[in-house]
Amino acid sequence: MISFNLLILVSLAYVVFLFLVAFAAERRAKRDSGQWLRNPLVYTLSLSIYCTAWTFYGAVGYAARSGFEYLTIYLGPTIIMIGWWWILRKLVRIGKTQRITSVADLISSRFGKSTVLGVLVTVLAVVGTTPYIALQLQSVTQSLAVFAAEPGSGWDGRDFDSAAVWIAVGLAVFTLIFGTRNLDVNERHHGVVMAVAVEAVVKLFALVAVGVFVIWGMAGGVAEMLARIDAAVIADWHPVPHRWVGLIFLSAAAFLTLPRMFQVMVVENADEKHLATASWAFPLYVLIMSLFVVPIAVTGLALLPEGSNPDLFVLTIPLATGNEGLAILSFLGGFSSATSMVIVATIALATMVSNHIIAPIWLSSTQKGAALSGDVRGVIVLSRRLSIAVILALGYLYFRLSGGGGALAAIGLISFAGVVQVLPAMIAGIFWRGANRIGAGTGIVIGFVIWAWTLFLPSFGAGAVLSEFVMAEGPFGLAWLRPYALFGITGLDPVIHAVFWSIFFNTAALVILSVLTFPNPMERLQGAQFVNVFEHSAGARTWSQGAARAEDLLVMAQRIIGHAEAQEMFRQEARAQGIDGYLPEVTPELIGRLERTLSGSVGAATAHAMVGQLTGSAAVSVEDLIAVADETAQIVEYSNQLEAKSAEQDRTARALREANEKLTAISIQKDAFLSQISHELRTPMTSIRSFSEILREGEIDAEARGRFAGIIHDEATRLTRLLDDLLDLSYLENGQVQLDVGRGTLASVLDRAVMAAGLSDGRLVLHRDAAREAVVIETDLERLAQVFINLVSNAAKYCDAARPELTIRVSGDAEACQVDFIDNGTPLDADAQVLIFEKFSRLADESKAGGAGLGLAICRQIMESLGGEIAYLPGQGGPAFRVTLRRTVRMAAQ
Amino acid sequence: MGRRVLLIEDEPNIIEAISFILSKDGWTVHTHADGETAVDRVREGVPDLLILDVMLPGRSGFDILRELREEAAPDLPILMLTARGQQRDRDMAEQLGATRFMTKPFSNSEVLETVRALAGP
Repeated sequence: MISFNLLILVSLAYVVFLFLVAFAAERRAKRDSGQWLRNPLVYTLSLSIYCTAWTFYGAVGYAARSGFEYLTIYLGPTIIMIGWWWILRKLVRIGKTQRITSVADLISSRFGKSTVLGVLVTVLAVVGTTPYIALQLQSVTQSLAVFAAEPGSGWDGRDFDSAAVWIAVGLAVFTLIFGTRNLDVNERHHGVVMAVAVEAVVKLFALVAVGVFVIWGMAGGVAEMLARIDAAVIADWHPVPHRWVGLIFLSAAAFLTLPRMFQVMVVENADEKHLATASWAFPLYVLIMSLFVVPIAVTGLALLPEGSNPDLFVLTIPLATGNEGLAILSFLGGFSSATSMVIVATIALATMVSNHIIAPIWLSSTQKGAALSGDVRGVIVLSRRLSIAVILALGYLYFRLSGGGGALAAIGLISFAGVVQVLPAMIAGIFWRGANRIGAGTGIVIGFVIWAWTLFLPSFGAGAVLSEFVMAEGPFGLAWLRPYALFGITGLDPVIHAVFWSIFFNTAALVILSVLTFPNPMERLQGAQFVNVFEHSAGARTWSQGAARAEDLLVMAQRIIGHAEAQEMFRQEARAQGIDGYLPEVTPELIGRLERTLSGSVGAATAHAMVGQLTGSAAVSVEDLIAVADETAQIVEYSNQLEAKSAEQDRTARALREANEKLTAISIQKDAFLSQISHELRTPMTSIRSFSEILREGEIDAEARGRFAGIIHDEATRLTRLLDDLLDLSYLENGQVQLDVGRGTLASVLDRAVMAAGLSDGRLVLHRDAAREAVVIETDLERLAQVFINLVSNAAKYCDAARPELTIRVSGDAEACQVDFIDNGTPLDADAQVLIFEKFSRLADESKAGGAGLGLAICRQIMESLGGEIAYLPGQGGPAFRVTLRRTVRMAAQ
Repeated sequence: MGRRVLLIEDEPNIIEAISFILSKDGWTVHTHADGETAVDRVREGVPDLLILDVMLPGRSGFDILRELREEAAPDLPILMLTARGQQRDRDMAEQLGATRFMTKPFSNSEVLETVRALAGP
């Protein structure tokens, strides 16, 4: 009899052995970059996690119940492996070039890095896989129960559920240790893969051992065995075509989409070439696994009493025949199948949950700065570990809640059917560029809902989740919605029925919505990357295959992070490798560290692209370039903002400076103006006051008194004129002047001006052209005369010729008429030509001026009011002023 | 012949008024109207008192004052006259070394008293 302690001891020893294998593999991987694990055989064996406890034990039971139909579960994967060139090769290539970490990542990444799709697939995977994990726990407890049921085992009445707890905890510990030991960017787990490969050997060996035992040990040879099979009921089973087709499709689809299969097949793949080996080695493995299923089933049915559980024949046959060693080996085979599946599935799910649910939530809930500066790795490891614990806890919970009963038996196929909802999105994603996010997402949701309605919820049994009424009559009596007979189609096996409808609507939604809606640019880009992956990538490469030379890397690093820092980093690396100087061996660790260091300066994508160029590994993808462009755009945007800001500050400063200058200028002008006015007013007042005091004191002769009185009179007049001019100018400048428009000839206005200018002394000789002056003008004649008076009297006052002459010349037409005043004095220099129109700008000797220097300033203001202008006219041989009248001529000269 | 006063001023009426007042009091008044040549005029014959207008054609009275104080006549009593009665001008005159500063219009007695005080015997 096998004692409980012995069984536990053997199990423990086996588990310790697995730990050692995993540790050894991790250490080797650390030492030589995992070269040792780049082995097609290990890869093939790791694929065997497809064969779980459900296949190890269940295949025999399946055969006992349904004949050769169990073969469909192996045929699907076999077809996929044989046709690896079409689908698997592409998946692996995409996985490498896009650095895909899980099924959820694949779908999310393909459809424009959609967060929603990532979450959706993750949820789907967790819901679909949790029951499967529960199934593995159940298989272990059931196998323990078999030993307990043996008479005299001495461990009756033990609670095997608590055993399930310990198993779950043990698996959790293993997974936590080897699943999150180091955060490989590629999500590779050397220790786990190695342990899984070893377990694959154990389960194959165990099943073969039992098979050999029943054929040669019991039946006595192949011929005898064949005869027994022929005689058994199994041979009478007739294949049901739709079930065969449906199940082969289902297992093939599950092989591609199960998270754990994707993990070992794509993510853990070290070399694309391993697929070629696996394409025949894996079918061979499952062939051997399936070879002995029927003999064991036939033997069990014949040997064991009616009602024995055929699922456990692998264990019960050795026990019934007293082969305890074989029974323990068989137990370990089942144990291996269960544990390897749970470990890999948990790692795959934890990656998804952590990457697509926890990390995004954590990143969005913390401040951006903290996410970038904090220890993100620590957070990821923590979330990974948390996810592992939660997933295993869920599996255990499901096992306990479902009662470990009949519901679990069918769970394998049910899980398959749930997980394969990803298939349409996956296949369309890698073969059809037109497939888009909306189509894929909707398809998955629809497929998932149909699967839940037609298969998952009913699997708990009628009345458990869905009421018996709903099961029989449909919800609200809608018969066409009956879970097992959608649209009234009855007679199909529930699994086939569910798979058919869910995949049908899933695919239909995907295709129709993809055609009807437009993908965003990122989707288009990713679509092209995925579908044309073989054109974009020269081959699957990794950093470690790089041909970069340390010198090149050092040069690049110096350029980016500076000489001192780069040299220090390289020297440290070299010292760590036991090398003197600056040039360490180019290891993946060095490249990884370099990339991380550089990314601090230039951004992760840019750093990756730069290192990628030098190492010649991982061709820089379009996505990399886009990411680089994004970073560059951000930097450009940032610097643009800064530039805009500083430009704006410059503008503001300039505006302020200009305003200040203007104010200062105005203030200076005002000061100067007031100062001028003060001077202009005080000067005549000084004379007036002084002479009036002299007059008041008396004691002066009559002649002097008369002269002094004359001076007082003149100065008073000067004051009055000054005040008049100031007021006039002020009115004109403020636009308060009311124009008094009238009609007259130019000649009459000039006549009046000449008269008013006081040319009584007759010194100034006038030259005029009567014919040309005979135009009729319409304007404020008074104001115009004021301008002319000013010009004529200025000529009279300032002309310094011996025989002063003034020529008044008229030219132009109705549109613009020019009246020029040219005398024969000294012409003004360039500065004076401008200054003369400014206030108080007396040029000539003050004594002769008589005015305050406001005359021309007033003229300019008047001409502006009249819509014309006055300007100095250079090059006329003497001072010349031109008055231009616009649109004032009503009648041209005859 | 009384003490000599040099009046540098460009307004004819003011020249006449000041000349009249001072002559009547017994001063010998010389006048000069041009700013540019004012310093030379002072050098030619240093008077007992200089009356200097600020706004002169050719050169500012302040400029003339500075030059006189720097070399030609550091101790010559100078009465500055200005028609721009601003504090700034007064400060400037003081700074440059004017002996007195007077704003136009002035009263005759004021001028007379100042001249007596600055150049009296």
